[in-house]
Amino acid sequence: MIEVRWHGRGGQGSFTIAKLLGMAASVYGGKYAQAFPSFGPERRGAPVLGFTRIDEKKITDRSEVDRCDYVVVLDETLWGDSVLSGLKKDTVIIVNTDRPEKYSGIVENKIVAIDGTKLALEILGRPITNTAMMGALIAVGGFVSLDDCKKAIENGMHARIAKKNILLIDKAYNMVKEA
Amino acid sequence: MGKKLFISGNDAVAEGVRLAKPHVISAYPITPQTIAVERLSEMVEDGSLRAEYMHVESEHSALACAMGVSSVGARAFTATSSQGLLYMAECLPYASGARMPIVMMNANRALATPWNIYGDQMDSMFLINSGWIQVYVEDAQEALDMMIQAYKIAEHEEVMTPMMVNLDGFVLTHTYELVEIPEQNKVDEFLPPINMTKQKMDVDNPKSLCISAGNDFNMEFKIKQEMDMKNSVTVIEGVDKEFGDKFGRYYNGMLEEYRCEDAQVILITTGSVTGTSRIVVDALREEGKKVGLLKLRYLRPFPAEGISDTVKNAKVVGVIDKNISFGFEGTIFTNVNSALITLEKTPKTINFIGGLGGRDITKKNIDEMFESLLKEASGEKQERIQYMNVRCMG
Repeated sequence: MIEVRWHGRGGQGSFTIAKLLGMAASVYGGKYAQAFPSFGPERRGAPVLGFTRIDEKKITDRSEVDRCDYVVVLDETLWGDSVLSGLKKDTVIIVNTDRPEKYSGIVENKIVAIDGTKLALEILGRPITNTAMMGALIAVGGFVSLDDCKKAIENGMHARIAKKNILLIDKAYNMVKEA
Repeated sequence: MGKKLFISGNDAVAEGVRLAKPHVISAYPITPQTIAVERLSEMVEDGSLRAEYMHVESEHSALACAMGVSSVGARAFTATSSQGLLYMAECLPYASGARMPIVMMNANRALATPWNIYGDQMDSMFLINSGWIQVYVEDAQEALDMMIQAYKIAEHEEVMTPMMVNLDGFVLTHTYELVEIPEQNKVDEFLPPINMTKQKMDVDNPKSLCISAGNDFNMEFKIKQEMDMKNSVTVIEGVDKEFGDKFGRYYNGMLEEYRCEDAQVILITTGSVTGTSRIVVDALREEGKKVGLLKLRYLRPFPAEGISDTVKNAKVVGVIDKNISFGFEGTIFTNVNSALITLEKTPKTINFIGGLGGRDITKKNIDEMFESLLKEASGEKQERIQYMNVRCMG
């Protein structure tokens, strides 16, 4: 089973993307998935977590995710103990930053840096980085196809924003693949 | 095969209710049930569910309204949680005593004080004596399927009893997963429109409903209610079998045993913790340990015979309770012990109380429970009541 933990702030779409990844893997990818937020009251701007579990067989685990395979940080101001908790040796951290050098060698884990904010501003005109970060994640992880993610965006997002988000995931995915 | 959607437990409830075609939905929103009733109000608004949506002023009114609907022979749905269920409480025995086949979703949530919006089963356990059938589901698919089964069971002329479908707050209501949506025409075949001929307000056949009965007749009403609740087991099992034949998903009626063959120790669960426990059972079986799992689907009627029959050869039985009956023990534990006392050779029993106010029950916790059960089985005395994953003990 692959377990992904998303770190963002309320309003940045971190749970939306946890859900879209699950939808891509299950509805379009033929696998099984679970997606859930950190449970509790929702507040704009407050740190929130999203979780996605993906497996070849039905997922019956209902306990919290304690060790994850991928950590995706939508907002680097959240970097700290919560991002660095529950890591395995081979957990990959994907962080949205314009200064990748800040993260080189600071932990043993592999870190993939991408300037999701810049891409989002270019394409969406707003600093909403969730689809860019999904692109980076699947480029690194390869456990869900780009096509299935595009289908999830097309069917899971409002039509008026889906098109641009497909452009955004494409660009982020290719940027990480080529790096 | 119906289409598959990636949706939450709350969405699944709403989809199931839409397929069951109630005439009226009366509800008051409360976390973590809110999304279920929001979806239903959207479905009424967009015309995909031809029902009346009544946004009432309180939970008490929500059920009172559902009783009005049911009394004219129409299909009623309501949903609540926690303090909302308790606020509604006065109406619960009214509805069950009047034999109204209302279906309610309850999102299991903690009770104040301390105020807490997370999941446990204190709320529905509070109302276990309300005369409602109580079923507990394990995932979103079962939630959807039970909305459809619930009307068929509740409206059966030999049952005529309201039914509460419980799903764990947040862990089920707010988790998204793959759910198959049955086709409407197949649901229509399985669940025809409600047809209450004997017991409704009818100008051509006037009668009195919600009557009073003094000491000359009251007891007869209550004993007949009890007999029908007990006899509903046959209907519950029959409806589940028919549902499986039609839609390909069987839930084994009252309870489901998982790897209980030759098990030395068996853990009894309800709701979502069952899924996590399956993983631990599989892992321990790999190690050659003789462990099994028994999922209780229904708490009322209580599957006493099924429980005793499943665990009769086990040495030790554990019971997970996400509730406490203060001053005694977990409510399910009390019920299970009462069922087991009928056996000639009674297994030892241990109560694991956990998951209160949303506290996680981890795979490690469940592993510890099995370890304790196995120790007891090998003669090493264990605490009879154990509190899991808590800081204030020892």
